Formats: sequence, structure tokens, C-alpha cells
Amino acid sequence: MSLSVAITHRHGDFTLDVAFEAPPGVTVLFGRSGAGKTTVANAVAGILKPDTGRIAVDDLVLVDQAKGVWLPPHRRRLGYIFQEGRLFPHLTVRQNLAYGRWFAPRDRASDDMARIVELLGIGHLLDRRPVVLSGGEKQRVAIGRAVLARPTLILADEPLAALDAPRKAEILTYFERLRDEVAIPVLYVTHAVAEVARLATTVVALRDGAVARVGPAAAVLGDPSFTPAGIRAVGAVLEVVVARHHADGLTEVTAGQDALFLPRIASHAGTRLRIRIAAQDVLLSRDRPTGLSALNILGGRIETIRPGEGPGAIVSLNTSAGLVLARVTQRSVKALGLTEGMICHAVIKTVATAPEDVGGQIKEAPPPK
Amino acid sequence: MDWLGPEEWQAVRLSLQVSVWATLLSLPVGLLVAYALSRWRFPGRQLLNGIVHLPLILPPVVTGYLLLMTFGTQGVVGGVLEQMGVVLAFRWTGAALAAAIMAFPLMVRAMRLSLDAIDPKLEQASATLGAGPVWVFATVTLPLALPGIMAGGILAFAKAMGEFGATITFVSNIPGQTQTVPSAIYAFLQVPGGEGAALRLVTVSVILAMGALLLSEVLSRRIARRVSGA
Repeated sequence: MSLSVAITHRHGDFTLDVAFEAPPGVTVLFGRSGAGKTTVANAVAGILKPDTGRIAVDDLVLVDQAKGVWLPPHRRRLGYIFQEGRLFPHLTVRQNLAYGRWFAPRDRASDDMARIVELLGIGHLLDRRPVVLSGGEKQRVAIGRAVLARPTLILADEPLAALDAPRKAEILTYFERLRDEVAIPVLYVTHAVAEVARLATTVVALRDGAVARVGPAAAVLGDPSFTPAGIRAVGAVLEVVVARHHADGLTEVTAGQDALFLPRIASHAGTRLRIRIAAQDVLLSRDRPTGLSALNILGGRIETIRPGEGPGAIVSLNTSAGLVLARVTQRSVKALGLTEGMICHAVIKTVATAPEDVGGQIKEAPPPK
Repeated sequence: MDWLGPEEWQAVRLSLQVSVWATLLSLPVGLLVAYALSRWRFPGRQLLNGIVHLPLILPPVVTGYLLLMTFGTQGVVGGVLEQMGVVLAFRWTGAALAAAIMAFPLMVRAMRLSLDAIDPKLEQASATLGAGPVWVFATVTLPLALPGIMAGGILAFAKAMGEFGATITFVSNIPGQTQTVPSAIYAFLQVPGGEGAALRLVTVSVILAMGALLLSEVLSRRIARRVSGA
């Protein structure tokens, strides 16, 4: 399945003009509020009719203004997960979950319900009504309702925005499971870098109603010249494998040929994970430092040095683990005499990796024997 | 009910019959009009709104007279209906029409308020899950608007029970045919010694009105609980 979008739309002063192709997997529409993310999602859902353009899921044309094709929302077979859940207040959780299934063609096995209910951990909520659920529970039910409508594409519009941090982490895990176990393509709207880093197969970064960058998460987020969410959000995305859990509460992961120590991760050894390392949490040293409290040191060659508009600069380092970004001052760049091509060491403080930046399992590995 | 004379009993039965039919037949029309006023933007929307509310602000006698001119045997519509075998003037059916028209604004107002209160985002959500417009209405809009629809129906019923001016103008005051409770009370008060009968009918009126109000309270509370899920 692939989604192809090429639309323009005017709304007051705001002009949207985007075109992108989304391959299978999770495509994240990323950008600040007002960049046009929700407008794109609503156009795909059929809640909004774009002024011009075409949207198609594989061969199914959802809208083509040039040819006068317009498929109403209920015939698009999408599952839309809204920011505020939008559960039906007059129905129980069970009825909410079954709602979309009722309209879906009966062309797939019907044991979905039990499986999805278990995956989302909402079995004990089935007979309750939405009004008594917590925010996180509501959102899990909303995910289930969308998935059970047997959609060809799931849309999620900032589904975590209304939740507190622990709830965010919890729901994010369910989205990862969804991506890995249910295999329905997802178009996910967010302005949070952590969500992009953990979920995205492809990132479509929007700025002022236009596509600014398209590509894999590591490439888009790791591009030091591109800071859609502000300089603080710049960071590298590394793929690592859990090596072992240590008794002192740290988890050792393998990143390329190097080992990194992270705060305890609840995944088996052998599990592949994505971690995001914010550029501002990385120090640079020309020599391999000794006598330092930081545990994680990655050596590599400097690929680029990009001065920012302020006193800072973003240095990208090509390590065995992948591209690592460091945000340092231009004064330090000069003092250390850093140049492109030079060998350098990135120092990452273990506790700097926030739990939200550490993904759940990408692929389940057999538990160690 | 021995304490009611046959003539009084007849009036009560007729009133109930007229009000029930008036309410039941205007419910779907009222819902359609309320939905149109709440959701659709069309030319003449304000005009429709005005026409619906007209019986509320016109003197009932005027409404009754307009009905007589339109639906009477000499009237435009009445003449056509008569050829089809439907006579409204001076029949209980006419009383039901008068009651329905007079109660219509109250019914539409209550329904429209509850329709306006529904979050259109829920209807959007329903559509994205595969429900066509009819199903959205049946599975989301209608259940969520049910308290207002019930309230509108009961309000209309109570109004129909008490309708006097338009009814007596349009269909007169014929015992057994068009003499509803209010008409009967009026008639009894016109003859010497009729106060007893009038008082009994007044008692019945009060009981029915209170009963309708209580029923509406109980129903709407139960439905509201079901709808909000509390």
C-alpha cells in the first residue's frame, strides 16, 4: 500500500501546497502547529475537500479534482484516530469498538476483536462507557475502534497531544505494536520529535503549508540543516540492539561496534530499538576522554559543521552507530580546531536519554536462553 | 371513572385522541424541520424559521381562522382534500391538525436545541468509520438528540391538550366530534350549573398535565444517563 498526495488548498491567508508519496509503514506528517498537517489528514479522510489535486491509496482514487472524483468519507475505508478520541458517549466501549466493523465488508477473519482488545489491554473496559475512562484508556479504545474498522489506512491526528507524559509513553508503545503486529499503513500527524523518532518509517516534514523534507526518520531528523521544531529538537536517531541488563539498573545496547549504556529498558536482550540522542546532550572531545563520568563515548569522523544563526553550531559525526549530532558553540569549534574530516569523540551522558526517546521493540527477538 | 359524566368523559377521551395523533404525526416532520434548521444552510432558512414560529406569536384565533380559510371545505387545500374524501373542518381530525400546528414551534425548538448541542465531530468520526449519512443520523445523531426529541414530543402533547383558540375557531365546539377538554370547560361555564362539570374537567387537566411533566422528567433523566453514560 502506498499513499500519494498532491493537493493545494486555500483557507483564508493560509495556502497549502503539498505533494508526497508515502511508502508502506508509518508515515509521519511532522511540523509546527499551523504547518498544515491536520489539513492534509482531513483531506485524506474526506472531511475537507481540497481546492485542487489528487489523493490516492494504491489504485483507489479518493479525490481527483481535475476529473471530478470525490469519494465521501464513509466510502474511503480509513480509520481516523482523533486527538480528542471522539468516542461515542452513548455506546459502551464494546459497542464503540464494534462500530466501524459493522460497516466494514466481511472479508477478513472475525477473531480480530479479541486480538486487538488484548493488544491494547482494554479487556476490562469493554462494558464501561467512555465518560468513565481516563484519557489514556479513551485513546486506546479510539485506536482499537479505528483498527477494527478494517481500514486500508489509519490516520492519527496528534493522538497523544491531550495526554500527560506517562500516558504518552504508554500509548506510543501501542502504536509501535500496531506498526509491528497489525501491519496497517499509518499516516501519523505530530509536532513531537520523540514520536517521529520512534514511529516513523518515512517523515514528511511540513513548513508553512509546503513539504520541506521527505525521507527516513534518521535522515530527516539527523539533517543538521533542517530544524523544523527548533534547535533543541535536533538530534540523531540510532538503531541499537539490547545486549544485556546490568544489576545497577543500566541496560547495555550495541550500536554499531560500540556499546552504549542507557537507563533500564524493558525489552529482552536481542531486541532491536530506536533511540534518539538530542544534539544538545552530546559533548565533543578531540581525544578519547578519560576520567569522565559520562559512560558513552562514540568515536567518528566529522562529516559536517553547520553554524547556526546564534552562537551555536551543529556538528555531525559519522560513527559506527550511525550519524550522531552534537550542538556546541562556534567558540568551541574554533578552540578545538574542528574541521570536516577530523576524527573526534562524542560524549553522551547516560541519564540524558529520556524514556520517551527510547523506542519499544522494533522486532521481537527470542528471549535469551 | 364514575365521577365523570358521559359528556365529560367523552371530552377527555377526545382530547387524548387528538393530542396523541397531533404529537405522533408531527414528530417526524418536526425532526426534519429541526434538523434542517440546525444543520443545513439554504436560502429561505430564516423564512422557514419564521413560519415555524408563527403560531407561537400569532393570536390563536388568527391561526384558527387561517386554518379554516386553507383547510375548510371552501379552502384551497380543504377543497382538494374533500374530493379525496378527507374532511378536516368540524371534525376531530381538524382539531388534531390545529393542535399539531399550535404545538409545532415548541416541539421544533426543543429538538433543535438538542441537535445544536451535538458535537459535529462525533458525526465526522462516524462517517470516517464507514457510516453513510443515513447511518450517521440513525446511530449517532438520533440517539444523542433523543432527550430533546422526547422533551419536544411531551411538550407538544401538553400544548395540544390545552389548545383552545385555534381549535374552536377552526373546528368549532361539537360534543363528541371536536369538543376537547378546554372547549368543554368553556361550554360548561356558559350554562348555569355547569361549574361542577367544569371543575371536574379542570381537575383532569391538572392531573394529565402534571403526569406528562413527571413522565418527561423521568424519561429524559433516564435517557440522559444512557446517552452521557454517567
